[in-house]
Amino acid sequence: MAKYPPPEELIKINYSTPPTSWMDVPPEFKPGNFSYPAKPDILKYLNFPNPRVWSPMDDDWKLPENWKEIITEGFRERLDKYRSFKIFMDVCVRCGACADKCHFFIGGGDPKNMPVLRAELLRSIYRGDFTMAGKILGRLAGARKLETDVVKEWFLYFYQCTECRRCSLFCPYGIDTAEITMMARELLHLVGCNINWILEPVANCNRTGNHLGIQPHAFKDMVEFLCEDIETVTGVRIDPPLNRKGAEILFITPSGDIFADPGIYTFMGYLILFHYLDLDYTWSTYASEGGNFGLFTSDKMMKKLNGKMYHEAERLGVKWILGGECGHMWRVINQYMLTMNGPANFLQTPVSPITGTRFDAAAGTKMLHITEFTADLIKNNKLKLDPSRNANFKVTFHDSCNTARGMGILEEPRYILKNVVPEFYEMPDNTIREQTFCCGGGAGLNNEEFMETRLRGGLPRGNAVKYVRDTHGVNTLACMCAIDRATLPPLCDYWAPGVGVSGIHELVSNALVLDGEKKRTMDLRQNPLPGFEDEEEE
Amino acid sequence: MAAFYSFFVVLALVVLAWAGAGEAGWKGLFGIYIPYLALLVFLFGFLSKILSWAKTPVPFCIPTTGGQQKSLPWIKNNPWDNPYNASGTVIRMALEVLTFRSLFRNTSVQLQQDGPKVGYNSAKWLWLFALMFHYSFLLIVLRHLRLFTNPVPMPILKLEFFDSILQIGVPVLYQSDMIFVVAILFLFLRRVFDCKVNYISIMSDYFPLFLILAIALSGMWMRYIAKVDVIAVKELTMGLVTFHPVIPKDPIDISFFVHIFLVSVLFMYFPFSKLMHMGGVFLSPTRNMPNFSRRQMWVNPWNDPAIKAHSYAAYEDDFREKMIEAGLPVDKKA
Ligand code: SF4
Ligand code: SF4
Repeated sequence: MAKYPPPEELIKINYSTPPTSWMDVPPEFKPGNFSYPAKPDILKYLNFPNPRVWSPMDDDWKLPENWKEIITEGFRERLDKYRSFKIFMDVCVRCGACADKCHFFIGGGDPKNMPVLRAELLRSIYRGDFTMAGKILGRLAGARKLETDVVKEWFLYFYQCTECRRCSLFCPYGIDTAEITMMARELLHLVGCNINWILEPVANCNRTGNHLGIQPHAFKDMVEFLCEDIETVTGVRIDPPLNRKGAEILFITPSGDIFADPGIYTFMGYLILFHYLDLDYTWSTYASEGGNFGLFTSDKMMKKLNGKMYHEAERLGVKWILGGECGHMWRVINQYMLTMNGPANFLQTPVSPITGTRFDAAAGTKMLHITEFTADLIKNNKLKLDPSRNANFKVTFHDSCNTARGMGILEEPRYILKNVVPEFYEMPDNTIREQTFCCGGGAGLNNEEFMETRLRGGLPRGNAVKYVRDTHGVNTLACMCAIDRATLPPLCDYWAPGVGVSGIHELVSNALVLDGEKKRTMDLRQNPLPGFEDEEEE
Repeated sequence: MAAFYSFFVVLALVVLAWAGAGEAGWKGLFGIYIPYLALLVFLFGFLSKILSWAKTPVPFCIPTTGGQQKSLPWIKNNPWDNPYNASGTVIRMALEVLTFRSLFRNTSVQLQQDGPKVGYNSAKWLWLFALMFHYSFLLIVLRHLRLFTNPVPMPILKLEFFDSILQIGVPVLYQSDMIFVVAILFLFLRRVFDCKVNYISIMSDYFPLFLILAIALSGMWMRYIAKVDVIAVKELTMGLVTFHPVIPKDPIDISFFVHIFLVSVLFMYFPFSKLMHMGGVFLSPTRNMPNFSRRQMWVNPWNDPAIKAHSYAAYEDDFREKMIEAGLPVDKKA
């Protein structure tokens, strides 16, 4: 199990820089610092170039014959398509304000994980190929030649960036390394260097509608299974609608929550809430994935996967879409969806059927965030809540990078939490809201083989959690992201043992008092409620 | 290394002007032709760079949001850091450009082994000196307008008056000059001694610093030490702006030619360097766009309508049997 060093060792981080110039330091692949390459049959299914069996540890990466041309052409194409890319290549002044803002640098100390240097990995090639000074002066102008080592370095470091945009917040020109990473990953795809943890979900999502490749009948089984658990806890039988035409609302959430602990409790939370409201809604097995690993692949793939949401909404004839707790899903919905697949004129601006509130913030996409929906319910006193049922939990909240810096949904989840749990504490200011730190596994890096680097990158978050654990006795880290629910538990076990992870709607439905429910003696996890601990033992 | 090279290049430029306008006597070249050329290169280079940026599309609406979005009416929106409309965005940009707001957020990481504890200290030095550098630079440029205008407009005279209000020395010392030099030195020393910044620095970081420092020092030298003949200088500069360039009869100290040559080099270098951040900051999509793409549609000119989702029909074809068996509704019966 313990393939990685213990915290005492991992914390010995050296922030000093080596005497050799970074251009002369070759990339070094070690187990734990890279993700496994995409399998050839996956690439074939997706029609991606250069499917082959290879490993980053190999000397020969079996790049296509004319890989240099391919990359240079791809580079040129993207410079012409994205103003962001062009400007970010040109204007960095290397002030270093972003240098220590990246969790991978803070937790690892590798200078190439300073956002500015990560970008220079690409910028140095840009100078050499596309600027006069770089062509003439070469290295003096900060330019270098495209060699295989450069591709290897890109693969290493652009798959050590979680596209969290924390660096962008601090940059005086808003240079967004996430944007640069996206470009670099697209270039790497052109020559067949990509990772399986992203492309397999992409392939699955395309065919079955979700990352896990859950087929429709299995999806139904899993939902039923969760409903049985709900009945055990609440005594209430729920029969949720699937693929139902004519419903008012289509609900879409990440599939990660349907099968794994602790995501399933959030999933159950949705089921309970919608049952309580007697909501006219439906799930879809076809659009059963809110997450979109296309965002970590290419704009084309992102568009293709995202297209299902509107396609299904139109087919089912719903009025609007409600979206579950997820990070990057919401970056896609907020910043890309309407541009890629809009306009959505067959839908209407979301109006809460319970409170009548019209959500103009979603007037374009017609897609509402579940915490906006629930916060509005609570504000209008539509939920009967008993926070004491969450008295076992002392809660803090982790802002997902994407919803914080790619949307700005900060207050809604907090408002809900404060209404459903008796004790809530914030982590230190520099680690929350827009300054929040990544879980270490975003942008498709939440795989097992990458665990050591994830734990390093998770240091800032883990340490902040540890701080509230030690000062306030916090034992629960709430979040509203399915990737977080998968990545934060090992992170907490490592950096802040004793702290568990939960979703917002898990805590909501713990507190929600249902009509006809039996006397609750346990929470959704089937742990005894406060006051019932003793009975358990009898 | 990069710092040394840059230093020697700037030194070489100084020597070149010194020898060229002095020994060789090419005053016309250094006082007239090169400045004109520099101006042309600057204007042309600057504009073409800005145009090349401006004509590149902004496919997606990707502001980096730095505060609460505008959603429910009872939740307080942060209109400057997460603007949802044009006016908020203008304020965000103004704060960014005029007060370096993002840099003001700067923190520095502190790692304590016992605990362990990761801390984030406020680190405003870079912000402070960057602000000092840019504002004193701006003041100095504005003050120089008195050499290119006749009569000199009132605001510029006022500016000069306040800039020298401390009345130190003869000719009186401008405060902006002092602040400018101090700020440049800070930025330079930071580049040398902060190991992270040192590691990322290349020649194009040191060169402009040294060049600007040399411009400042040559300017101060001619004013305070060589005490150049200001009337003669103005004769030359006015000749330049009125397109009747002359080299004045009265001799002008050689330091003036060094100064104007370095300025010319800066002008020519500007459009091809990171100094273009001056233009780029206005065009950066993560800052100059409102967070409104959920409210209204942002159009991507190269959006490809041919990219379609794997359709529901294809999905149902794939799984129809299983769906029917599970009791899920289907569009087409088997
Ligand atoms: S903060 Fe921005 S300008 Fe400064 S080094 Fe980082 S990317 Fe470059
Ligand atoms: S986007 Fe996040 S992970 Fe990537 S360089 Fe910036 S801070 Fe690091």
